[in-house]
Amino acid sequence: MSTTASPPAPGETQATAADALTLSGVDISYRVRRADQRIVRDVSFRVARGESFGLVGESGCGKSTIALAVVRYLARNGRVSAGRIEIDGRDVLSLDRADLRRLRARTVSMVYQEPGRALNPSILVGRQVAEVYEIAGAPRSEALDRAREILARVRISDPDGVMRRYPHQLSGGMLQRVVIAMALAAEPSLLILDEPTTALDATVEADVLDLILGLRAEFGTSLLFISHNLAVIAKMCDRVGVLYAGELVEEGPASAVFGDPRHPYTVGLLRSIPRRDGGARAPLQTIPGSLPTPGSVAAGCVFAARCGLAQERCRAETPAVHRIEDGCGERGSRCHFSEQAQSLPIHSIVAPDSARIADRAEPLIRARSVSKTFQASGQRVRGLHQVDLEIAAGETVGLVGESGSGKTTLARVLMGLTAPDPGAEVTLDGRPLAPLAGARTAADQKALQIVFQNPDSALNRRHSVRRLISRSLAKLGGYRGEALQARLQALAESVRLPERYLPMRPSQLSGGLKQRVAIARAFAGDPQIVVCDEPTSALDVSVQAAILNLLTDLQHRERVAYLFISHDLGVVRYLADRIVVLYLGRVMEIGPAQSVLDGPHHPYTEALLSAVPTLDDSDRERIRLEGEIPSAADPPAGCPFHTRCPRRIGEICDTTEPEMRVQAPGHEIRCHIPVDDLRRLQSAGGGAPSASAGR
Amino acid sequence: MSIEALPVESRAALSAGAGDLRRQFLRDLVHQKAFMIGATVLGFWVLAAIFGTLVVQDPLAQNLSAINQAPSASHLFGTDQLGRDVLARVIVGSRSILVTAPLATLIGTVLGTVVGLSMGYFRGIVDDILGRFVEAFLALPLVVTGIIGIVALGASDTTLIIVIGIVFTPLIARTVRAAVLVERDLDYVAAARLRGERSLYIMFVEILPNVLAPITVEFTVRLGYAVFTIVTLSFLGFGLQPPTPNWGYDISANVGAVTAGYWWEVLFAAVAVATLVIGVNMLASSIESALDAS
Repeated sequence: MSTTASPPAPGETQATAADALTLSGVDISYRVRRADQRIVRDVSFRVARGESFGLVGESGCGKSTIALAVVRYLARNGRVSAGRIEIDGRDVLSLDRADLRRLRARTVSMVYQEPGRALNPSILVGRQVAEVYEIAGAPRSEALDRAREILARVRISDPDGVMRRYPHQLSGGMLQRVVIAMALAAEPSLLILDEPTTALDATVEADVLDLILGLRAEFGTSLLFISHNLAVIAKMCDRVGVLYAGELVEEGPASAVFGDPRHPYTVGLLRSIPRRDGGARAPLQTIPGSLPTPGSVAAGCVFAARCGLAQERCRAETPAVHRIEDGCGERGSRCHFSEQAQSLPIHSIVAPDSARIADRAEPLIRARSVSKTFQASGQRVRGLHQVDLEIAAGETVGLVGESGSGKTTLARVLMGLTAPDPGAEVTLDGRPLAPLAGARTAADQKALQIVFQNPDSALNRRHSVRRLISRSLAKLGGYRGEALQARLQALAESVRLPERYLPMRPSQLSGGLKQRVAIARAFAGDPQIVVCDEPTSALDVSVQAAILNLLTDLQHRERVAYLFISHDLGVVRYLADRIVVLYLGRVMEIGPAQSVLDGPHHPYTEALLSAVPTLDDSDRERIRLEGEIPSAADPPAGCPFHTRCPRRIGEICDTTEPEMRVQAPGHEIRCHIPVDDLRRLQSAGGGAPSASAGR
Repeated sequence: MSIEALPVESRAALSAGAGDLRRQFLRDLVHQKAFMIGATVLGFWVLAAIFGTLVVQDPLAQNLSAINQAPSASHLFGTDQLGRDVLARVIVGSRSILVTAPLATLIGTVLGTVVGLSMGYFRGIVDDILGRFVEAFLALPLVVTGIIGIVALGASDTTLIIVIGIVFTPLIARTVRAAVLVERDLDYVAAARLRGERSLYIMFVEILPNVLAPITVEFTVRLGYAVFTIVTLSFLGFGLQPPTPNWGYDISANVGAVTAGYWWEVLFAAVAVATLVIGVNMLASSIESALDAS
């Protein structure tokens, strides 16, 4: 970070007309191995007073770097190498230490992705919040009172109780509220939110986003909102900037940019999201190629290498920002051919034949009365409770629920990584399966494979890609020698993993390539069923699309069944034939995908669907769940969902656990409300007591 | 604020280059001053151990007409109570320690790795039983455990190597266990189990390569301790046996002469011990920080 030459004493002279934040021509470099790597190039945007500005882009595009540079928090090897950053009209880069400290204390606040790491684990929450006021000069007792006040304002129902706890005693959503409260305590004029809800469940995310929207209106704070999630940005922001490889490729009002994109990258990004009605599993659009390494694009447009519209000019001449005059407000695109952006050719690898082969004659895998009780510090925690599940050959079953609902536990029980409680019965093709993988036959082991959520954890980082895949081919497929080499080639080709990656270690691959290796490994022994445990949640949208396409393609060729676990209902909607909804280890609803999604559905499913922000329907009536998922150590009596249910009908919900009730053939719901009432309530579009209108 | 959260970009830049992590590690290593100093010191002693006898006088040759002589042109470090050349004894004294200390550390590292891998991988009852042994060992001072072992087995260089190796085993096992506990919860271990791998394969082929970094650091740190422990035991008479020149014994044999003013008989051997221990520790810390960086 460049230190100041001679700071022009900023004092308290604030230009009131100034924007909350202005970046002009900002370059940011990291010094890596005695060479400067320019990570952010010539970025300019402004956040007007009271405005909410969104920065969106895939990982590695420089979003967080910009956020850090704004408050001069860059790592020691990073610096702003060109351009100006102004907050409230003050040049941030030339502030001296004392002024910088004052700026961070009073004018700007930041909220990060992981609330747990923003708080000191060994200090009471109340003290930490009060500290913000003490720094501002309030005496101790008054600071505590004001801390209580601000916690109440972020809608924490029991501020006193929260203040007396340590951070680890609070849930993720609650912690993020505390962090937001601390950020707002100084009444900053600019609030920077860096992926504030990415680590939270969809239901909690919806709640926190509503809170931020409400507080913004209340405090009049300007927001710089950073997210990889286009729908979240669309919901939260007035204006949006799309970053690609460190350049702001498009900028303008959110509705205009998302509704009428003018840069091929934005167009590609929007096309790669699974839409609510994208047709019967039309393959998702992807963006070919991968992010260029920093500094590798010397001349021309940074996106040219991946752009279907690129011409000679794009590779030779770096495009300037073209102003777009379409009456939608001030907007620009860094493309030579911005008016043609939407004619970007469609890129999807193959169109798998749309005929689904889901013959549900005999279930391939059948699980009966699967329960799993964990012992945690003397308490019995019920991870799963009497779960029944059948998966037919070639079918995709989507498994959804909040974190803590038992999705992963169910997957681990099926895989034999966790033994279920006695009494459970799991069969494969009619044969009983041993509870633990080690005791299963080789045939059972190869029939049942898994693609883990995080490829960094799932691939041994000391082994080469070739070794990772060949070991599975040898162990599961029984291949040896030349047959193994031939099969390896074929397998790598079928997951579209170019051969030059085979000698590399996982750390040298991008996230999408790593997941391809993991998929290749799972398919090494020609499995009958593959459990996909959130396989795309760690990936960027455009990469996610490619992986989902690959999975559908493989399914068509190999006739494999999937148990697809995801918190992203958009993805499940796109892939699943049937959907299972879990809550506190119990199946709340099970049925054909279309029927579950269209309803009438369980009130919990309804709330999950309502929580997901989408680009399509921002005017939808929203249902918000109160509070968080209860502890599985002490599940509520009666219907486990009654404590949060927006459609609770009365005493019976609190005392009697409902049975699964057949709503339609193959569609069962665990709810006391008669199906006809559910249909009436849900087609009326909300109207429940605690449902609140979004936006 | 979190440092890990930021340099996604700089990580991308890292893998953009040659991608050869090992070469990068070596480059990080040689750019550290501590590494260069440590390597120079250790290199000096290794050369002294190998070629010392060619350069200096006979360290065993007694000259009773020239005892307790102060440093001079003919005896740069002076002579001891038996008229032996102190320089020769210090230089050649490096030989025994540079054989015993690395061998003892190697034994301790190999045993410690096996024990630590088993404890961390199997956990449960294996961990409980081995853990009690480890704790029992750690409860006593190293030197005391060492003396008990040497007395029980009879003093010799081989016993010394084995005893120190065994004494180090629990210390290294504890470090390896901690590293393995982190690794065994990663999904690649689950994936290996799901394709029917045996426990031994998972421990030694899947997990071991991933915990080599802490093991390497532990080896170099323990090497410094081994030098120190061997010198201490030799000083107490339980370690390397005379007449082969060794620093610990020379210090103890001549320590009474210091009060008579013959300081050179002890000082140079003590300085030799200090340089070797410090040199090894500098290597250890530079290896650790280079591993952390990569």
